[in-house]
Amino acid sequence: MPEQKVVDADYLLLEAPRERKFITGAQAMAEAVKRANVDVAIAYPITPQSEVMHLVGDIWAQGYLKDYYRAEEEYGAMSAIAGAVRGGARAFSATSGPGLLRGLEAIASWPGHRIPAVLGVLTRVVNAPLSIQPDNVEIAYLLHSGIIVLHAENQQDVFDFTLASFVISEMVDVYIPIAVCTEGFFVTHAKGYVNMTPEDMKLPPRDPYKAPVPPTDCEIPPARIQRDAPVQKSNFMSYLIHAVWQQEVWASNIRSMKYIYKYLGGPIEVVNPDAEVFVVASGCAAAQGREAVRYAQLEGLNVGLVKVKSIRPFPEKEIRQVLSKAKAVIVPEHNIIGWLAKEVKAAIPDNDKVIGGPRVYGGMTLPVELIMEKIYESLGIKKEKKVVV
Amino acid sequence: MKRYNIRIAGVGGQGVVTSAHILGNAMSAAGKYATLVPFFGSEKRMAPVEAYVRASDQPIYEVGEVVYPNVIMIYHPQVITHGKSYTMPFYSGLKEKGLVIINTDVDIIPPEDWAILKELDTRVYMFPATKIALEIAGTELATNMGMLGLFFGITRIVGFEHIEQAVRERFLGNTFVASGGTASLDSAIEKKFKKKMELLEKNMQVIREAFRIAEERGWVEEEALTG
Repeated sequence: MPEQKVVDADYLLLEAPRERKFITGAQAMAEAVKRANVDVAIAYPITPQSEVMHLVGDIWAQGYLKDYYRAEEEYGAMSAIAGAVRGGARAFSATSGPGLLRGLEAIASWPGHRIPAVLGVLTRVVNAPLSIQPDNVEIAYLLHSGIIVLHAENQQDVFDFTLASFVISEMVDVYIPIAVCTEGFFVTHAKGYVNMTPEDMKLPPRDPYKAPVPPTDCEIPPARIQRDAPVQKSNFMSYLIHAVWQQEVWASNIRSMKYIYKYLGGPIEVVNPDAEVFVVASGCAAAQGREAVRYAQLEGLNVGLVKVKSIRPFPEKEIRQVLSKAKAVIVPEHNIIGWLAKEVKAAIPDNDKVIGGPRVYGGMTLPVELIMEKIYESLGIKKEKKVVV
Repeated sequence: MKRYNIRIAGVGGQGVVTSAHILGNAMSAAGKYATLVPFFGSEKRMAPVEAYVRASDQPIYEVGEVVYPNVIMIYHPQVITHGKSYTMPFYSGLKEKGLVIINTDVDIIPPEDWAILKELDTRVYMFPATKIALEIAGTELATNMGMLGLFFGITRIVGFEHIEQAVRERFLGNTFVASGGTASLDSAIEKKFKKKMELLEKNMQVIREAFRIAEERGWVEEEALTG
């Protein structure tokens, strides 16, 4: 392991020189952890998984992390993450599909317990009948837990989002966990070019005293929420404390937006802002959307892309503004319920122009041709379809 | 240059995935772009195997299997005659004016499939890759080189030197060091190296022959000829 020099977070994220490597999404996540001065990683190797926690185990063996262990199962892993973070450590874990749902009870308690942990979510099918492919319906289960949810399109995003998440989550005015999600297999198992900061530079260590609540166990009023649970006082105390606490959690979630602007270039990326029809997509679907914009350009159609990087906080204002003049909005997704389409519909006033879909389920490929069909449909273009399927 | 979305269908043991890697590496050697997605079932000889390659001189963002290819390469006639394939019929999803290359020395396409391929304005090239591999390299294992060679011979999207570089990387690796500590080690490595060099040369001869056939039969794409 090379000697790592602690550098300023802003310098590392925004200015440090970068070297281009051709690596998998799983490697990109582990490389970010390597540069994040992480104290402890705790894993449960659910199948299906990605290689992330295996690779983080490797960098622990190389001396980059102080501690690493395999928990008894995901509930244990996610509870132990909370314990480690309360004890003052910077902690990381990653999971997938069924593993995420098994750990979800603990994860949903992280924001209220003010646990600034970073969690990799490498999506896999969660519903029966079983498949091990990258359906991303599991992200929907995170959206109402208070956790910040970022959705990475490719290997570069995985690196950037993961590294920045350690900084954003520990900001005093944020101080809640961040889930960095991306599609398993399509991103985790595939290689792409990633511009990475130097291996011999790392973030400053976590300062547990720079916190809105003390690092011990939230032992300070108004709520000693661990050992002296509000529910033991009276119903009215418990209503009140829960209300102010959760309001603060969601306010923290929204306050993270300014750091998403600072470190990730904003919650959305817009390609062709004057487009007539927009594809709004997150994660891998944004990559397919990018190709649809290119196909459309070749055919002389005015199509743009809104890539949504941050699902929580959801960039309502930004999306409303970009889509204000759009004739139609197409939301391709890798899940059956269309959680992103629902978010977009809730964010804009004239939401009858939102076409939910195309959607693919069970982790299958989302062909650009399906997005093109929706584009033709929205523009009233009739195409003779000769393809045999 | 246009985008080539390629589906390769063959059977286990033919080097379908290997040649997809070489195709991608040749694009990379030429400073262009390629992405690759392999698809296996249970891996065994003669079981269906598919690999998908996207190739272009522009960055490629798309992920996943190629569902709507404009190039289909069939490495083994049984893909068609025995239905040894994940995608049935073999041309499923093929776009108009596409390219289909089939390793066969006789026409194995049923008349009803011919009718559809004609309607799609498909260029279909029957090419005896295994026969050529046996004649030139002395092994049917070079079938994949013949197929790869014909694809590049038709499209000319990379130079011959880039293909050679990619094949060389595959057989010799990047780390092959031909100098050991002792004389005996030297000679062992030299022997191994010599064998690999022979293998490399035979593979390149098969690719060269495929290029020659593409030219002789007038299969080279107009776009490739006009630049």
